[in-house]
Amino acid sequence: MKPEHTHPYIPLTAAEEQTMLQTCGMASIQELFECIPPSVREAFQAGDLPPKPLSEMEVVNELSRLADSNRGSDRLLSFLGGGSYDHHVPSIINTLIFRSEFATAYTPYQPEVSQGTLQAIFEFQTLICNLTGLEAANASLYDGATAVAEAALMACGATRRERILISTGVNPRYRDVLSTYLHATDREETRIELLPSGRTCPDSIEGKDVAAVIVASPNYMGVIENLASLRARLDQKTLLIVVASPIALGLLAPPGPLGADVVIGEGAVLGVGQNYGGPGLGFMAVTGALTRRVPGRLVGMARDGDGKRGYVLTLQAREQHIRRAKASSNICTNQSLAALAATIFLTSLGKTGMRKLARLNYHKAHFARNLLCQIPGVVPAHDGPFFNEFAVRLPVAAGPVLERLLEEEGIVAGLSLASYYPNIENGLLVAVTEKRTRQQIERLGAAMKKVLS
Amino acid sequence: MTRGDDSVLERLIFELSSPGRQGLLLPELDVPEDPSLAEMPPGLLREDLDFPEVSQIDVVRHFTRLSALNYHIDKGMYPLGSCTMKYNPKVNDQMAGLPGFSGLHPLLPDSCAQGALELIHRLGQFLASVAGMEACTLQPVAGAQGELTALMMAKAYYARKGESRTRVLVPDSAHGTNPASAAMCGFSVSEVPSNQRGSTDLEALKKALDDRVALVMLTNPNTLGLFEEEILEVIRACHDVGAKVYCDGANSNALLGHARPGDMGFDVMHFNLHKTFSTPHGGGGPGAGAVCCSRDLEPFLPVPRVRVQDEVYSWSRDFPDSIGPVHSFHGNFGNQVRAFTYILSLGLEGLRQIATAAVLNANYLRVKLQDSYELPYVRTCMHEFVLSGRQFARKKGVKTLDIGKRLLDLGFYAPTIYFPLIVEEALMIEPTESESQVSMDRFIEAMLQIAREADEDPELLRKAPHSTPVGRFDETRAARKPILRWTGEEPPPIDPASPDRKSP
Repeated sequence: MKPEHTHPYIPLTAAEEQTMLQTCGMASIQELFECIPPSVREAFQAGDLPPKPLSEMEVVNELSRLADSNRGSDRLLSFLGGGSYDHHVPSIINTLIFRSEFATAYTPYQPEVSQGTLQAIFEFQTLICNLTGLEAANASLYDGATAVAEAALMACGATRRERILISTGVNPRYRDVLSTYLHATDREETRIELLPSGRTCPDSIEGKDVAAVIVASPNYMGVIENLASLRARLDQKTLLIVVASPIALGLLAPPGPLGADVVIGEGAVLGVGQNYGGPGLGFMAVTGALTRRVPGRLVGMARDGDGKRGYVLTLQAREQHIRRAKASSNICTNQSLAALAATIFLTSLGKTGMRKLARLNYHKAHFARNLLCQIPGVVPAHDGPFFNEFAVRLPVAAGPVLERLLEEEGIVAGLSLASYYPNIENGLLVAVTEKRTRQQIERLGAAMKKVLS
Repeated sequence: MTRGDDSVLERLIFELSSPGRQGLLLPELDVPEDPSLAEMPPGLLREDLDFPEVSQIDVVRHFTRLSALNYHIDKGMYPLGSCTMKYNPKVNDQMAGLPGFSGLHPLLPDSCAQGALELIHRLGQFLASVAGMEACTLQPVAGAQGELTALMMAKAYYARKGESRTRVLVPDSAHGTNPASAAMCGFSVSEVPSNQRGSTDLEALKKALDDRVALVMLTNPNTLGLFEEEILEVIRACHDVGAKVYCDGANSNALLGHARPGDMGFDVMHFNLHKTFSTPHGGGGPGAGAVCCSRDLEPFLPVPRVRVQDEVYSWSRDFPDSIGPVHSFHGNFGNQVRAFTYILSLGLEGLRQIATAAVLNANYLRVKLQDSYELPYVRTCMHEFVLSGRQFARKKGVKTLDIGKRLLDLGFYAPTIYFPLIVEEALMIEPTESESQVSMDRFIEAMLQIAREADEDPELLRKAPHSTPVGRFDETRAARKPILRWTGEEPPPIDPASPDRKSP
């Protein structure tokens, strides 16, 4: 029996239901579902689903209760990094990306009514190319981890080789996802160790038939790699894949001219926010030679029949909806709206803002490391150059120290390295973004000193 | 309405740049400059960055003007088959933006994220209930990644059992992502034909099945919008050879509250939260592709997984048979908040009404359009149906592409065209529950007008659209020498005499 009033999301009234059923030559709604075997219909159970609709007010109350039982960066002083960072999200971003015209549009398969999305993606591709120093960038991938996996698979296809070497300086969560993806095709990656500097050991890059060497710069320890010296170790065919931080690239040399064939990374730092880790924003830039092997969508500039300049999805013959089992990847839906956020972020900061932002991160992180290392027993874990994240060794295990700082001071001092890097004894990974003030950093220093004494 | 003469609709942000402008003021450095930066070897540092210099108002106007060039669901109907372009409730976005969610770091101790973990746990239970299955992971961030995850799980399942199964079967009507995902997972893919009623051909399937088949990937309702008539027999045949059966859940909007894939015998499936559960498409993502599975496959789900004990939630990696993680963190959490909000807003009662309205709407359109267009499979459809425009292509040289483009002129988005591949000149139409009878009547009127125009003035359709901000592009030409970034180089002007300047 249909209720007297419709649900706000479903305009169909009882009267319309009757008219439409009549048009279809049917007596009841049941007839529409008669194609479903009776045994299936009879087996139906509600399970854990709430039985009735809730009003908007009730829904807001329930969601607010859940949100309030979290303790996020709005309530804690956080130095937590490890792949997600507390960067400023400029106010214009959400105002613009949540415009219905962007947020509720579909993938731009009809370019005549999708120029807004298409041009924004073209601008995103251009910004990523300029940032990385490479010739082509795609419209986005899911996140940093899957970008690593997609890049590795692309390298195997492009070189017709199977071996992937990956530095332990690459985010261990990205390495885990790479393992998952490679394992599915019975491949395995080989790990390359870090030197005491925190840089990838070039001498560990050995063996023939390597499809790609994957390093991160700055890497998980925040350390800036010497890409040119790594490139020099590789044969001409082996691809150098660099996981880059787009914020650091405001200051650091673009990896392309240093010898990277592929630059990938996590772009959620560019105005997307933390959101408990997702949406992320995978990006990928490649040399011209790899353009036709790139996974995912590409937007190109074109002219319509009247000669007007515009944008279309292009080189679609790589993609699953055309090439099916022979596609360069299965990716279809990507992270378009997050790419739009990044585009707005990068253009707002612009040429000088990106440099200033990177400098703020750099100097504040160095100030923090100097301060922490004045505490007896706290020493830097590495001596290589670093950006906005660094590892230190504490005199005692990091876990209990972190717990005490959280409970007593409301400070998340960083991430314990115990599970992924047990060889760095009592290791703590600390991230400092532009949002941390001198006063906050000094508060961390004082609290750490107190807890360790 | 005709288009303006300007050769550029909206200049690129790079073309709006003026040296000395900035769009965001950053704080002054409040700590001493570290001398290490000045001592850094110059090769490590950037010399220049070719980025625009624009004021905040430039940025706001640029993207606002760009947005005006898009069609979107808040403007009108999107009859885009297989994509479930339904209303995206605004409260969902507002809830995802609560600071307690949006400012949450994914690696915080579990004690700081109890609300997020509870939401993830409960949404997983909701979705498993909709699926009629045992367990759920929210980690995959798109339908295609959900497929890949399920394929990896099936592979791990058979490896654990010591069985070597290398084949995956997909129907000839399958989404392109199905074979692409199977190939990414190292399987060899075989196609199973559809029968004359638009369902999987059971006899052909039985012939294709053997003990090397790991997974059979079905879409139900299938991409013709038809419920698989012999679904119980089909699944039984697969299980008889020890294969698992996957449900591509892209079309779940048809079944909500009425039937559960688990009750049909499916072993594993994905949901597109950005279709069935109303999270916005965002011009191509972020999506979310939750995977639900039976008890058999549950040990192989990605880690970490939420555990709950005495109402305390925690992440656990202690699942030795897991395929491992498929995402940096916990999937697209923002979309999970939206889908959770949506399910609370509807409850089972509302979800059932959604499927009812979606299926009734589709049948209403089907009946109203089947005389003017060809309906290759004459059956009650579910949430969508597929027409063929081949009569117009044969008689008048009007292709389905032309019909789609003409719809843009008349204020609608185009249906999904040329898919599924088994229907010639296919037009796949899905109204969703969001359209009222009035809005569907307007769509019907537009479709009937186009059918008349195809007879009377085929040239009008071949040159459509006429009133959109830009006209048709020659995509083949654009792909020949693609311009993928702005370097100042523009595509060559169109030469009216060039053979390239024919309709794409």
